[in-house]
Amino acid sequence: MQAKKFIPLVAFAVLAGLLFRGLSIDPTDLPAARLGQPFPDFDQPELKSGRQISVSALAERPALVNVWATWCYSCRVEHPYLLALAEQGVPIYGLNYKDEPVKAREWLSQLGDPYQLNVVDVEGSVGLDLGVYGAPETYVLDATGRIAHRHVGVLDEAVFQRDFSRWFPMVAAAVVAADLKGVQ
Amino acid sequence: MIPELGHVALIIAFVLAIGLAVVPMWGSMRRDVAAMNMAPSLAVGVTVFVAVAFALLAVSFLQDDFSVAVVAANSNSLLPPIFKFSALWGNHEGSLLLWVLILAGWMTAVATFSRGLPLLMVSRVLSVMGMVAVGFLAFSLLTSNPFERLLPNTPLDGNDLNPLLQDPGLIIHPPLLYMGYVGLSVPFAFAIAALMGGRLDASWARWSRPWTNVAWGFLSLGIMLGSWWAYYELGWGGWWFWDPVENASFMPWLMGTALVHSLAVTEKRGVFRSWTVLLAIFAFSLSLLGTFLVRSGVLTSVHAFAADPERGLFILIFLALVVGGSLLLYALRAPSVASRVSYSGVSRESLLMINNLVFIVSTIVVLLGTLFPLIMDAFSLGKYSVGPPYFNAVFVPLMALVMPFMSVGPLSRWREDTTRRWLHELLVPGIGVLVVAIALAFLGSEGFNLWIALAVLLSGWVALGVFKDLWRRITTGAEGALKWRRLTPSFIGMAMAHLGFAAVVLGAVVVSQENQERDLRMAVGDVEALGAYRFELLSLGQQAGPNYLADQAVFEVRRDEKVIAVLVPEKRRYFASGQIMTEAAIDASLWRDLYIALGEPIGEQAWAVRLQYKPMVRWLWLGALMIGLGALVTAFDRRYRSQRSSESAIQRGVAAVAG
Repeated sequence: MQAKKFIPLVAFAVLAGLLFRGLSIDPTDLPAARLGQPFPDFDQPELKSGRQISVSALAERPALVNVWATWCYSCRVEHPYLLALAEQGVPIYGLNYKDEPVKAREWLSQLGDPYQLNVVDVEGSVGLDLGVYGAPETYVLDATGRIAHRHVGVLDEAVFQRDFSRWFPMVAAAVVAADLKGVQ
Repeated sequence: MIPELGHVALIIAFVLAIGLAVVPMWGSMRRDVAAMNMAPSLAVGVTVFVAVAFALLAVSFLQDDFSVAVVAANSNSLLPPIFKFSALWGNHEGSLLLWVLILAGWMTAVATFSRGLPLLMVSRVLSVMGMVAVGFLAFSLLTSNPFERLLPNTPLDGNDLNPLLQDPGLIIHPPLLYMGYVGLSVPFAFAIAALMGGRLDASWARWSRPWTNVAWGFLSLGIMLGSWWAYYELGWGGWWFWDPVENASFMPWLMGTALVHSLAVTEKRGVFRSWTVLLAIFAFSLSLLGTFLVRSGVLTSVHAFAADPERGLFILIFLALVVGGSLLLYALRAPSVASRVSYSGVSRESLLMINNLVFIVSTIVVLLGTLFPLIMDAFSLGKYSVGPPYFNAVFVPLMALVMPFMSVGPLSRWREDTTRRWLHELLVPGIGVLVVAIALAFLGSEGFNLWIALAVLLSGWVALGVFKDLWRRITTGAEGALKWRRLTPSFIGMAMAHLGFAAVVLGAVVVSQENQERDLRMAVGDVEALGAYRFELLSLGQQAGPNYLADQAVFEVRRDEKVIAVLVPEKRRYFASGQIMTEAAIDASLWRDLYIALGEPIGEQAWAVRLQYKPMVRWLWLGALMIGLGALVTAFDRRYRSQRSSESAIQRGVAAVAG
């Protein structure tokens, strides 16, 4: 019996411990510390105009901040619904996350643009401050500019009605559904 | 009533599986022939009852029994019957049942085709597979019962199958993939049985080789179908996304690739024995890990089934028992004496060692990338996501690294060879490939392309090795006549797989480098050009499907004023979910695909349109098809058949000892 033959077993034990830890973490959870905090400040270019913007550019509130990228294919699934929400007057700010701005602009011209403006975050630094796990994610910025809610994954009608509608009473379920038909 | 019968059948299967896990194993400890002899019958019994449960669930789907929870959640009365059937495995509970059914199918196959093997071995192998079956049947019955009823609040109609899954590719993709995933349990069971018996020799490797190749072949085909489906169904022409769930199937494939090659060395030369056993354990462990990642919700992914920590905990405990137990057994029983067989640094053994190292490192690289977000999260270092850039940056060089050796490997000699002989075999044709590679790379749309030159060089080099080997086999030692008979299924399968690999690499590089796309606004009558092709939008219309309404656009594609295709991309709205799907239209051929996808309507008479030209994208899937079929072909080698008859003598010997 040699000690080195135990290496695979030990390595697996470490992995299993990690996976066990992973189970108790909900990847869709926002770190509690960030809820209720002001949206982190940044100094980044805007996607279409290219001018430098900071957090004060996200002026219209309450609003959604949507994290997206062209490499993210759930974002494509989500996109028509964002268009429908924008149509209903929900202000949506985009955080174009770890993406190529050229591709992102093409995407918006092809699929339509639901965003008031887009923060370009090529390095992912704004995402890091915000605690972004991946794309798509959607945050609610309340009237005071604080992060009131976070949703990880595709935002759709069901999720919106359940978790988001209290900040956006102007969006009626039936209206969005009807509008979706228009988008298709 | 039908769902209840299905539930009962599943419970019976569970009880039989416990019997299979316990009785033959006990028999093998006590050398009790009667107990060991029960293994094949118990395996068949498990299969029959799982099949009955599966069939009854299928009936519930086909009869629109919306009182069954999974049917209500995943089917709809408007769904075409074939999709009602495939909806069975379009969800967690049903796909788990498919998993168990396929495992049972593999057990029955082992019981059927291994009659000539020593009884001790067969009973242990089947018993180990029975233990795996117990775990998954318990998982199904305790946490994910597919027959759960929604009574008395039965919905009038079902939620519908996700439109993404309403596609012929999805009818066969999961079964093929599971054939591969679950099939890796066979070499795993052989490895465990061999460890128990302390008999890690060439015959163990010979027994598990055909099973490994077949399982790995199915896994290749399953992954290929998944990639092809993503290409035409997701609507924007990507074919691999390094999504955690794709990685979950890719990691066992990478480890399986190492295992397939390592088994060859162990069988032919009796070396790498502990190593091969370890690879067999790892390959199946990665299958289980994939199951855990997909079904526990620890990683977010589009593919992921509904997350449920309780299920996650169950699989994790099961994973810990199976993998931890196997690795403990390995630590205690693996042969610690280095084999006395020696080989030099320049030999086929060394080349296969390089293959093993590269594929294991590749697996680790993919594993790290997949788990990195989880690792950082577990240590509260923040939340991260790892994108395709990481995987491409580390994975592509690894594959490029292994290819130079791929062509030398089959030509090299076991035990000892010389680099001079390798040069003699490959130098002149190698220079030819180099010249061709450089010439072809100038054909690209934007002048010389280094990446294409490298891809042609490496792929050509691999193909060259295969053809050189072929030529040597059919010509040597002969009076001029070509000896085609000498080509064994083993060789043909290997040649197909290596050529297929070369084709995949070439296709992947060319399509990544030379892909052209244009995003346009097009109205009826507009003509747009992409490369040498002219696309005219002829008309717009609507078309009703069985459960959706589609907007269609009719395009005519011309090249040199000749019409070469009429393409009709669609934008579908599915009634039940209101979900909107892009159906791309593709004109496919060996050298290029033309790909049209609709964006959204702009005003009344125009659409946003994406036109794509994808050269050699088919080579990816044709290559993967060759890899998969090649692996299946090797199983027909006579070597594996003749082995059985000579082993039945040993079986009689064991029976005599036990009796």
